[in-house]
Amino acid sequence: MDALIAKLKTQIIEQLNLEGVSPEDISPDDSLFGEGLGLDSIDALELIVLLEKNYGLKIENPAEGKKIFATIRSIAEYITAHGKA
Amino acid sequence: MSIRISTYCSFRNNQIKLNGEALLAKGVEVTFNEFIKSAYDLNASPYLKFFKMDDLCKLAFIASEFLLKNRKPSEQYGAENVSLLFANTSSSLDTDINYYNTVKDFASPSLFVYTLPNIMLGEISIRNKFKGENAFFVFEHFQADFLCNYATQLIQEQKAKTVVIGWVELLKENYEAFLCLAEETADGTELTKENLNTYYNGK
Repeated sequence: MDALIAKLKTQIIEQLNLEGVSPEDISPDDSLFGEGLGLDSIDALELIVLLEKNYGLKIENPAEGKKIFATIRSIAEYITAHGKA
Repeated sequence: MSIRISTYCSFRNNQIKLNGEALLAKGVEVTFNEFIKSAYDLNASPYLKFFKMDDLCKLAFIASEFLLKNRKPSEQYGAENVSLLFANTSSSLDTDINYYNTVKDFASPSLFVYTLPNIMLGEISIRNKFKGENAFFVFEHFQADFLCNYATQLIQEQKAKTVVIGWVELLKENYEAFLCLAEETADGTELTKENLNTYYNGK
């Protein structure tokens, strides 16, 4: 799980062009949206693309997406649960 | 009072000039990305959304930051009284091509949102809290007469009290930005086709 979390941090920083943010700056339990990392709706779409491109996972239910993309840890848990880590 | 150009800036040939004074000059070997990052660093006003913009918006955004560095038009005139009037030649073609290249694999949402040239007006408006009329036109070349007449009409018909006029062109490594602020003021140069052309041409 820790290795997957570390990998996800790097992928998210790269995919979302998070200038000036390093993996160490992101706690696995930080909120990705709102007060935490401050991601927006376009970033949410990029996260969906990231999961499909890198892990072969499609998220089609918006309600499900909100839960999955809450934190880096919740994304890692979703990937692990679906056997794509 | 007549309508005048109170301030202007240009970005071309890896140089930034504000009111004719050179603020940044980079060699020809410097890429657009390196140049615009230097401009961002020089502006010294952090805005992390900048790094998510496409190149056309980065150019327009940073040019507007320099133009308006010591000005707060929305506070001076009211947000609804600040208009934006922009134009270029290549529309958003640079990003359209980049987006098309992602479609073959996984279409990029963050590129897709920049596949219209007038998005730069939104980015500048969000940053400066402008809520006035804005318009974007595509011309073969810089049209001083059109821009001058349009801005004059906006102010004379009281649709705006000030207009940011912009020419922001970018395609691959070829770029050029010229922005000026037109307003009724005692200072500056009268807004005419001739004066706009003179400033655009870097004189």
